Amino acid sequence: MELSGEERAILAGERGEAPRRALEYQVKVGEFWGAKRFVPITNAHMMGDIEVMGDGGLQWLKDYAALGARCAVGTTTNARCIDFAHCERLGQDALEVAKERELIACLRGMDVVTTDTCINYQTVYQPHLGEHVAWGDTGTVIYANSVFGARSNFESGPAALSAAITGRTPEYGFHLDEHRRGSFTVELRARMDDLADWGALGKLVGEPHQSYYAVPVFHGFHRTPMADELKHLGAALASYGSMGMFHFVGETPEAPTLEAALGNRAPAERLGVGDADLDRVYAGYGLGDGDARLVVFSGPQQSLLEMKQLADLFAGRKVQPGATCIVTTNNAVLAQARALGYAGTLEGAGVTILEGVCFYILQNLSPMRVANRWTNMVSNSAKIVNIIGAHRFNTILRRTRDCVEIACTGILK
Amino acid sequence: MRIAVERAYGAAVEGEAVVSEEGFSPRYDLDRWTGTITKPGHQLEGTSLKDKICFFPTAKGGIAAGWAFYDIKWKKIAPKAFVFGVTNPVMVQGAIFAGITITEGWTPHPREVLATGDWVRVDPLRRTIEVLRRAA
Repeated sequence: MELSGEERAILAGERGEAPRRALEYQVKVGEFWGAKRFVPITNAHMMGDIEVMGDGGLQWLKDYAALGARCAVGTTTNARCIDFAHCERLGQDALEVAKERELIACLRGMDVVTTDTCINYQTVYQPHLGEHVAWGDTGTVIYANSVFGARSNFESGPAALSAAITGRTPEYGFHLDEHRRGSFTVELRARMDDLADWGALGKLVGEPHQSYYAVPVFHGFHRTPMADELKHLGAALASYGSMGMFHFVGETPEAPTLEAALGNRAPAERLGVGDADLDRVYAGYGLGDGDARLVVFSGPQQSLLEMKQLADLFAGRKVQPGATCIVTTNNAVLAQARALGYAGTLEGAGVTILEGVCFYILQNLSPMRVANRWTNMVSNSAKIVNIIGAHRFNTILRRTRDCVEIACTGILK
Repeated sequence: MRIAVERAYGAAVEGEAVVSEEGFSPRYDLDRWTGTITKPGHQLEGTSLKDKICFFPTAKGGIAAGWAFYDIKWKKIAPKAFVFGVTNPVMVQGAIFAGITITEGWTPHPREVLATGDWVRVDPLRRTIEVLRRAA
């Protein structure tokens, strides 16, 4: 890679050992991908929790912090694995809870802002067109690239933290124009009345096109999609297809026209998605020989408008005895949802609201599943339906209203 | 009996091949306490990846690979190498961070020259994978 004078100084250790190690690692990553140089970033968003990092990761982080590491740009954290208010009730290990506190303190010592949210793009920081950032999780990246027109690759915890420390990231992937052009088209003929439909669309398009550099271009839709809808679409495309970008003609900033979105090239494939395709997705899920006692609204965390919708649907109802319904969101949304009465309505209906976490990354989730004899997990999020498999849940995608109905009756239609 | 790879990082390693026709995520598919694929219905369900040379056509999802690879290396249940047809940045960032050999892009397709159980050598410097001996 071609390095600037400042980067050579960092590598020579003139800015300290922490930036030197970070940049040395970033050079290796950049060279793998053929990056020619670094680009400065304005913001970093990192995953760092004890469930994913483990003891080895925590020890590494403590050692790294001891070098005097400090973030050079605004840096926030993704959803984590412990809800400190609910950890005892959830049966989370006290030892791991203590480690999570230690980990958070360590991050704060490095000037990381521990927002604990996977919807930073809705509640914390909205980069503008062409702005380079270093974000993870995948849902945040695809939203930044697609909806804001900002530029980020999937940055794992160590990569995002390194970018935060050095204030730069290798220029490859979605930092370059050539990877941001649409590669195939999807004519969207379906009605798309529910958030789950957007996730199902992401599954339909993502699953058969698993490639980081596949960029679908959606067109032909009958109305303007809303932020939460694009959030579920992006999260599912990233989850099922490992995709980092999409275009939505007439809606997203780099897709004023179909031709512009494709960079005036012919698409590799032309797809269409209609209501019958979505129906087939839903029909593909079943209870097996288990029951429907776990309904989850998570992955991504709920926005304030999603909290309101759930509160409206749960108003005057009760989660059926023996069942569990979990909603996850971040601190900022929960504070507003409390002030506005949505949280009270949900809790009055027997819903458990978890803060700062995502369900699928909860510490101790597999033992939790066994202890509660959960075999099935019902959700309106296609992403979480996809990614919770290693915990051996059978998963079922249903529309939001149906999920609420299942939570209150135990009957899956 | 040689595969050329497009991009590679890490030390030259040899080990037993595990060849999957299905993609991989350490978060979605792997039990990170045993090193075994546990996702119900995954083609490799029940297979341990410890010390293996793992061939996957694609990478699935997940930012978590960055820490997860370091975690499984720390627990001494990591594969010796990940060989991907197509991968994503997180797998590469994670493997480099953990010091696990990783490659992307292959010619010819591994299924044409090797099978699970074969003993293979991955050489990132030469960007090649060789079959050293067949499964018994």
